[in-house]
Amino acid sequence: MQPLTSVEGRAIPLGLKNVDTDIIIPAKWLKTISREGLGAGAFESLRAEPGNVFDDPAYKGAPILIAGDNYGCGSSREHAAWAMLDLGIRVVIAPSFSDIHSGNAVKNGILPVVLPQDAVDRLLEVAREGQPITVDLESQTVTTPYQDRFTFDIDPFRKHCLLNGLDEVGLTMARGEAIGGFEAQRAAAQPWLMRGTSI
Amino acid sequence: MASRPRTLYEKIWDAHVVETREDGTALVYIDRHLVHEVTSPQAFEALRLAGRPVRRPELTLAVPDHNLPTTPRLDAGGRPVPIADPESAAQLAALEANAPAFGIRYIPATAREQGIVHVVGPEQGFSLPGTTIVCGDSHTACHGGLGALAFGIGTSEVEHVLATQTLLLQQSKPMEVRVEGDLGPGVSAKDLILHIIGKIGAAGGSGYVIEYRGRVFEAMTVEERLTVCNMSIEAGARAGLIAPDDVTFAYLKGRPMAPQGAEWDAAVAYWRTLHSDEGAVFAKSVVIDAAQVEPSVTWGTSPEDVVPIGGRVPHPEDFADESKRVAARKSLDYMGLTPGTPMTEVPIENVFIGSCTNSRIEDLRAAAAVLKGRRKADNVRWAIVVPGSGLVKAMAEDEGLDKVFIEAGFEWREPGCSACLGMNPDKVPPGERCASTSNRNFVGRQGPGARTHLVSPAMAAAAAVAGRLADVRQLG
Repeated sequence: MQPLTSVEGRAIPLGLKNVDTDIIIPAKWLKTISREGLGAGAFESLRAEPGNVFDDPAYKGAPILIAGDNYGCGSSREHAAWAMLDLGIRVVIAPSFSDIHSGNAVKNGILPVVLPQDAVDRLLEVAREGQPITVDLESQTVTTPYQDRFTFDIDPFRKHCLLNGLDEVGLTMARGEAIGGFEAQRAAAQPWLMRGTSI
Repeated sequence: MASRPRTLYEKIWDAHVVETREDGTALVYIDRHLVHEVTSPQAFEALRLAGRPVRRPELTLAVPDHNLPTTPRLDAGGRPVPIADPESAAQLAALEANAPAFGIRYIPATAREQGIVHVVGPEQGFSLPGTTIVCGDSHTACHGGLGALAFGIGTSEVEHVLATQTLLLQQSKPMEVRVEGDLGPGVSAKDLILHIIGKIGAAGGSGYVIEYRGRVFEAMTVEERLTVCNMSIEAGARAGLIAPDDVTFAYLKGRPMAPQGAEWDAAVAYWRTLHSDEGAVFAKSVVIDAAQVEPSVTWGTSPEDVVPIGGRVPHPEDFADESKRVAARKSLDYMGLTPGTPMTEVPIENVFIGSCTNSRIEDLRAAAAVLKGRRKADNVRWAIVVPGSGLVKAMAEDEGLDKVFIEAGFEWREPGCSACLGMNPDKVPPGERCASTSNRNFVGRQGPGARTHLVSPAMAAAAAVAGRLADVRQLG
């Protein structure tokens, strides 16, 4: 995964609430066995609307997306994160995110920034004016050319992984001994738990 | 730790923490992992590229469901029917190859045990109380109906579980949805969960794991509990669960992958400790009056857009916050509905009975009871019943339910996810409505331009007969 430290650029002012992952990438695009090329299907139903923000030349290649409450709700499809990444989106700012999607985003080097609705509304205004927004992960701040400055919270482990572009699987495999110890304990105390399909 | 009263969720969580990092992230052991064809190919590919094996292949079970057509799988000569869509065929072939290559048990499309992962897990006894269960599918919450901590994960996490049998997680907060009183006649588990989502909203459970409490749930069958927990994700919750009890144990006893003999007794003794302690604290508590719950339907494109069947399409101006007003206008435009219209005057062209929410034998019995001796209305062009597994299908056929459906004008299909998600051939045509027993009414969910009204199996059957959304209690 590509590390993320700071992102500056225009932001797509979507603003819509309850944007589900079916909207981000419809099911027909999920038949792929690759992670590549999903940007072509990203936000397909919204892009079918004339004058939509995604096809507005003012926001072409914008690395930031601003959305409403409960962004990424619904299906667990990581294809949604892959599709956003393929569009060049590295940061999503919203009042709240679905648990599964925000995890998927982080694992693909996309930063979900949670800010209160009034801060999101202000950033939507700035974005609609075509002004750039700066998101800095190290200092956990979002700033604008108008001296707006918002700070956001992020789980320290997620921050660490994003800043360093870390692969969680590699990190956990290094803990193989601890996992083995846990398994041995379980196999002794509750052997049925370890049988699974081998019963 | 034992002295502090704990919620059911906290008990299961504590029992699975391998270690906790300094920053508070926990390494959590995963007992059961279900895999299907859509969210796994990239995970297997990543393992292959890194030369990583599957740590505990016997704790993963693979079964195809999302992409499979629901038309007959074998031809007259008993040969497998090829999948027409090349992309679907490639994805299904990838699972069929990946599972044995990594030593994972695979249930093929032509096996009687095949079905939707969330129907197969409990049915096989693979899903058990007190276990952590994950799958690259958000409706994994379903297995919480057995008293498991079950939740959906993304493909990177599928890879993580395959390689390490663990996940790196932040603990969620415990939330209680307490339902007081009893449900009225003709009101089902599906109506209740739709009502709950309508009350707390699509983000109402965000950051939480919901425990459903109250005698309504104690009185439910396991299949009804699975329906309730299934849609926890539609309320934004990571998971939903119900404490296991004698009903749960009776359901599981003797299932192929459930513990046996002395191990069964030890398991049940452990499972009896799995309930929230007296005095356990929930971070959020919502109380619902069961008497207020009526057969529920959705009008919009979020599962929180719920009204009783006796209600009307709402006016966007009636919503308190501006973002909801904007969303409601957009939804009504997509749904082609006029505010103020009684829900029972909304005509229906399609009916879908199936999905991991409502495709078990009790769901099919409930729908068949309404349809027996009746026929779908002429304006209902397409009506299908898709059993949740081959075993459900066989049981329904033994009971003659297939004949009831066929005589009522329904198609009787092979198991799979079908028209729940518009990625196999079963789709609702653009601009047409569907009374659907599935879980999501999102824009384009059942096919581009399709308009979904979420309902219970009995209400779907009533809509088929009436040719419009209808109150099953008034069908006579």
